[in-house]
Amino acid sequence: MSVIYSLIDLLLPFEWTEFSYMKNALLAVLLITPLFGLVGVMIVNNKMSFFSDALGHSALTGIAIGVLMGVDNYLVSMMGFSLLFALCISAVMDSETSSSDTIIGVFSSTGLALGIVLLSASGGFAKYSGYLIGDILTVQPEEIRMLALILAAVVLLWGFFFNKLMLVSLNTDLAASKGIRVRLVEKFFVILVAVIVTVSIKWVGVLIINSLLVLPAASARNLAKSMRSYHFTAIGISLFSGVSGLIISYYAGTAAGGTIVLVAAVIFFITYFLNQARAKS
Amino acid sequence: MILHNVSLDVHHGEILALIGRNGAGKTTLLKALLGRIPYTGSVVFSNAQGEKIEKPRIGYVPQNLVFDRSTPVTVGDLLCANMGGFPVWLGHKKEQISRAERLLAQVGGGPSLLKKRIGSLSGGELQRVLLVFALEPKPDLLLLDEPVSAVDRRGIGAFYDLVTSMRAEHQMPIILVSHDLNHVEKYATRAALLDGTIVVSGTVNEVMKTPEVREAFGLKLTGGVRK
Repeated sequence: MSVIYSLIDLLLPFEWTEFSYMKNALLAVLLITPLFGLVGVMIVNNKMSFFSDALGHSALTGIAIGVLMGVDNYLVSMMGFSLLFALCISAVMDSETSSSDTIIGVFSSTGLALGIVLLSASGGFAKYSGYLIGDILTVQPEEIRMLALILAAVVLLWGFFFNKLMLVSLNTDLAASKGIRVRLVEKFFVILVAVIVTVSIKWVGVLIINSLLVLPAASARNLAKSMRSYHFTAIGISLFSGVSGLIISYYAGTAAGGTIVLVAAVIFFITYFLNQARAKS
Repeated sequence: MILHNVSLDVHHGEILALIGRNGAGKTTLLKALLGRIPYTGSVVFSNAQGEKIEKPRIGYVPQNLVFDRSTPVTVGDLLCANMGGFPVWLGHKKEQISRAERLLAQVGGGPSLLKKRIGSLSGGELQRVLLVFALEPKPDLLLLDEPVSAVDRRGIGAFYDLVTSMRAEHQMPIILVSHDLNHVEKYATRAALLDGTIVVSGTVNEVMKTPEVREAFGLKLTGGVRK
């Protein structure tokens, strides 16, 4: 890590990079934002933004279960509950007994309420309420290494499975006609989103994680002319929002996560109006 | 719609028309063949030499593709995603583009179509692109579900001429679901009337003359001419 820190000092000789926690936060942003940009494109394409929001809410319940069970590493309990939660939502949606937004709404509110009740019963709500807004400035070097591995794994998976994901997202019958196992691909994506949301929640926060997943991709969709431009624009917007939001938050003394989301929101509205103008011309 | 006792043979090089009233189970049968609906019994595929095919390739052109029209998926993305492992989010390989251009040319589409978003295509353009998608790689069975319902009159003839030439060239078995008996008479080689089960089947001429078809479609026969 010392080599990377020296590189940051060399390339970015600014006040805000003098602190090691800011260097770590910058590295985390450089890893998390492309990850979110990449996965966000399919979340937006599949109209799954409520789903990823619900997964974020479920993280609180995962922590509460970890606290009650005396688990040292809450990531384990969060991951376990999040995967179970995601697969349950997916299974109920497959049964097509209610509309998907209703099912997700029910699971989302139930997950959040259960987390609050369990944490308050164990007397630990105040201690863990920090997970609601997250704090990217607390990220540690070993966690940055883990994020780098996750990003590499997701890029690799995206390389192998993206074409199938895209065809399933477009039309399930069409995908099935090509021998694609639609349910398996859908479950794969659901699990991938659950894993990414869970590992990032500590730094990004329950309340804003979904914004970071959805806003860059939604902005890119306003501009994209193909899947390639959709991806690279989403990753670019995500990176720009992350880095500029981090720098602004340092100088403005604001929460990093919220500032990053605000930058992403401004970009979304700019692209929205650009798209409107393009449609009229 | 639940189907019972459906027993059908579709031979290589023939177009079998599935006809029937709304809700007779035509689309349900196609979805079962696609593996989207559970069924009991068996579907056996064999090649032109009579050898059994375990995992048949199925080409499918849906009646009206339901998709988000604002999606940034282009025709090139769709066709290249179907051609191999290179992920379309990284772009398209030159050989994929060349192949897609050749395939589109077969259906009268120019190279410029590749860069168009599929949501911006006309009904006729979309069906031709879907036909190209269905035919790559060459399927063991081609399913056409009301394939020209969103196509203008001029495009309908062009679409069926293309299907007929593909049948002649590749000798592939084709199942065509159509409401339009004129299309069935003109392009199909055999027909089957479906109404929860196969009511009648045979050559198109035989099936069209049956009272069951006349009743299902409210037709009258006068001197052998359908009115």
